[in-house]
Formats: sequence, C-alpha cells, structure tokens
Amino acid sequence: MLSANLSAIFYLISGVLFILALRGLSSPETSRQGNFFGILGMIIAIVVTFLSIGNFSTGFVVVLIFLLIGGLIGAFIAYKIPMTAMPELVAGFHSLVGLAAVFVAIAAFLNPVAFNLGSPGNIKLGSLIEMSIGAAVGAITFSGSIIAFLKLQGIMSGSPITFKGQHPLNALILTSIIILTYLLCSTQSSNLFWILLGVSFLIGFLLIIPIGGADMPVVISMLNSYSGWAAAGIGFTLENTALIITGALVGSSGAILSYIMCKGMNRSFFNVILGGFGATEQSSSSQSKEQRPVKSGNADDAAFLMKNASSVIIVPGYGMAVAQAQHALREMVDTLKKNDIKVSYAIHPVAGRMPGHMNVLLAEANVPYDEVFELEEINNDFANADVAFVIGANDVTNPVAKTDPQSPIYGMPVLDVEKCKSVLFVKRSLSPGYAGIDNDLFYKENTLMLFADAKKMTEDITKNL
Amino acid sequence: MEIDPFIFRLSIFILSIFIGYYVVWSVTPSLHTPLMSVTNAISSVIIVGAIIAGLAGNSETIFNTSSIFGFLAISLAAINIFGGFLVTQRMLAMYKKKKKDK
Repeated sequence: MLSANLSAIFYLISGVLFILALRGLSSPETSRQGNFFGILGMIIAIVVTFLSIGNFSTGFVVVLIFLLIGGLIGAFIAYKIPMTAMPELVAGFHSLVGLAAVFVAIAAFLNPVAFNLGSPGNIKLGSLIEMSIGAAVGAITFSGSIIAFLKLQGIMSGSPITFKGQHPLNALILTSIIILTYLLCSTQSSNLFWILLGVSFLIGFLLIIPIGGADMPVVISMLNSYSGWAAAGIGFTLENTALIITGALVGSSGAILSYIMCKGMNRSFFNVILGGFGATEQSSSSQSKEQRPVKSGNADDAAFLMKNASSVIIVPGYGMAVAQAQHALREMVDTLKKNDIKVSYAIHPVAGRMPGHMNVLLAEANVPYDEVFELEEINNDFANADVAFVIGANDVTNPVAKTDPQSPIYGMPVLDVEKCKSVLFVKRSLSPGYAGIDNDLFYKENTLMLFADAKKMTEDITKNL
Repeated sequence: MEIDPFIFRLSIFILSIFIGYYVVWSVTPSLHTPLMSVTNAISSVIIVGAIIAGLAGNSETIFNTSSIFGFLAISLAAINIFGGFLVTQRMLAMYKKKKKDK
C-alpha cells in the first residue's frame, strides 16, 4: 500500500506529464512525443490509484474487467472512425467525460466514507459544494454534448430551435441550480441531489438546441471547456492533484478555443450562446438582390485557367468535408505541381465544424502541413496569385464583411479571395451560405462558378488537366 | 494558525489555469483537432475517482449502488482514455512534412 504522501507526488508527476502532452502540440514534430507523455501520465495515475487502495481481491478483478470493456470499445472506435466524422467523435467523447463525472459524484454522494468525505447525510460542507458543482457541470456537459453529437451526425436538424420565452426559461433554470445547490448543502437531502442532476441535464439540452450547425466549432470548444471544469470539481472532492491540474488545463484549453472561434466569426461569445443566428437573418437576404448575372463554367474551363496559372491557392470549407473531396483535391494538386504550378492552401479559423477540422482532413489526404497556411499567414498572397480555388467554403470568402457595415458578418475576418486574378468557386447552387446572405464574390467579373458536387468537379478537372 | 489544505488545492488549480492558458496559446492552429481529442483523453483521469468508488465495497458486497456507479464510470472513462489517445495518435501520424525529393 502506497502512503498518501507518495501517491500525491505521483499524481503531481502525472499532472506535469499532462502539461507536457499539451506543450508537445506546439508543432507537429513534437506532437507525437507529447501524446506519449499523456499516455504515460495516465498509466501512472491509474497504477498509483490501485496501489494506494491496495485492495487486490475480487473487486480488483471486476474493476479490471470494466476497464477492459471500455478500453476495447474505445480502441475499436478509434481505429474505425473516418476522419470526416471527427467532430461527432469529439462531441461523443465529451458526453462520456460528463457522464463519468456525474457517476463519480453520485458514487461519492452515496458512499462518502470510501472517499473520506464524512458519512452519508453528514458530508463535509466543502466536499458537498465541490461535488454538486462537479455533478451539475458534468450533467450539462453530457446532455449538451449529446445534442451537439445529434446535430453533427445529422440525426437532428442543424438549424437552430428557438421558442418564445427561451432565454427567461434558461435563466430561471440556472438560478434554480444555484438555489438547489444551496438547499442541498444545508439539508444534505438526497432527493435534492437527484433533482439537481435532473435540472442540470435539462439545461444542457436547452442551452445547445438554439445554436445552429455552423456555430458548432464554438459549441464543441465550449463543451470541451465544461468537461474540464467538471473534472476539476470532482478533483477538489477527491483531493486529487492530477485531476485538479488536468481539469484546469482542459477548462482553459476549451475556453481559449471558443474565444479563437468567436473571433474568427467576429461575434461575441454571448451572441453565439444565445443562438438563433441563421434563422433570424434569413429574411434580410431577399432584399433588392435580384437576379444578377453570374458566369458559370465547366471542368474544362477550370482546367484551362489553372493550367495557365503559375500559382494557385486552394480555399477549402465544410463543403469539402461533406463531399469527402480531400483525396480528389490532393490528386488535382499533384497534377498541378507536375506542371510546375505553385499550390498552397488557405484555412479560415472557422472553416468546418470544429477547430482544425480542415487541417486534419488535408493531412489525411497526405497534404504536407507546410503547404497549409492560416488566414493571417496567407491573406496577402491572394493579390499575387493567379487562381483561387474555393471548394466548399462560402461566408469566409465574402468581401461584404469588409465593405458593408449593414451586413451581419461585417467585421468578420475573411480571406481576400477576390484579389486573385481569377476565382474558381465550386458550389452546388447559388444559395446563400450559413449566415443567410448573398456572397458578392459570385457576381464579380473574375469569378467563374462551377456548379457541381465538389468531389466530382475536382475529379473532372484533374482529367482535363 | 494552520492553513486549510483546500487553499493549497485552490492554488494549484489557479496556477494550472495560467499554465493552461499559455500552453494552449502556443498550440499551432493546425493541431487544434488533436488538441481537443487529447484534452478529452486526459480529462478522463477522472477514472481515478471511479476506481476508488468501484473498490470501496467490502468483499461480501462488491456490487452496491455506489460501486456500480463506480464500475460504469470506469468503463465510460476507459472508452475515452483508449479512444482519445489512439485517435490522437492516428491523427498525428498523418501530419507529414513536404518530401524533399524534387
């Protein structure tokens, strides 16, 4: 049996290893080593927990069996999941962290003696507060992530669900959570504990349903952050350093990602959370923007333009992920490179459905990461490029964001695609993007619209090159 | 006068938030998806609490209500730990540099 002090030191070590795991992600070269540190930290934490309890009877075997069942399921999912389903997977994983936090809180509430927190009905006040916070945040993470998962998976419509009195209702429920926590701490009633959990599950659902599909990058980051705070809350209950450090790391990581995503859309965090964006703006798009002339072409025209270019910039968006066009795109680029054409990729921070979504898909298609650039790195290059190839992106290229203060996306950082000598825009129809506004780029002199499925069009262009 | 151990844990917590802040800002944007999957995996260190709950029952009653919740939490966290680290590994293995064979 390990002494309490020694195990505390080991928990600290695994906390430090987790910090190193995140530190490794500062560049792709060190990232694999970072992941290894993370695994090592996890192994230390688990082994130390077993040793510090020192109970290797039947219970130990049962624990191992449950561990193995979960591990096998997890490993199976990790190997089977296609890269395009990464946003759903992450949302699903968040829900599991949330539910695990809830279960641990329930276990601690029912059997406080095992955790050294007092006796049932007489739990230490501080522990009870920490437990309630962990349980409530965990429950919100769980139900919120389930909704995010259903929306990303397409089981639930991606359009925002709003109803009258939504915000007052949510405010009421949030207040009731605080009051319930207070009452729970003063009465120690187990009924109140269950009600608190139920109400927290409910608010998780209600908070996420009004948020539309294209805001999912913010939602996923936010739930990431919540899962961290839930873990930290439980960490305080269990007086476990590894859990507290990890909770704080994950919590701030998710918060920073949400901030970056909000900035990428030039919207405040509250604006996103209050939701209903896509639905309310739709009406304004029908104004005065009648049929304007559009130049459309076919794969042959596009191939001709690209063959005569000396540099091409590719702008991928969510449409590329939907059409699974990343491999076809890479083949097209390979052909271009054979003709000595310089090709680079421009990624907008909110392209896709989660932070870094496009980068992963391009990496999967064997695109070297040093050909892929962020918005600030590449935006000045559009003026010198011959062709911009926009595949599945829309709002993030709309010049209106720079010119029209009336526009809902005014001020959002956009890629200066219109500065290119010519723009090829692969899209299925002229329909407006998520923000519900027309893209001025469609009607520019130098824009050629390619109306087709992204994957099919890319393949056709390659044939014509 | 003695300082409540809670204060020490709170200090660790606050300082870790700051560490997290600086470490995460240094993560390159192209690795934001692996960042999410790896934070997912490490936050499942909550399994520590689940193991304590699972092993709390005495030898006659391994399965009481509290330990059953513990066992379920172990499985949930294990899905995340294995799934999270492995999928991160799989993603990171795809990030390659340009081949210098031209």
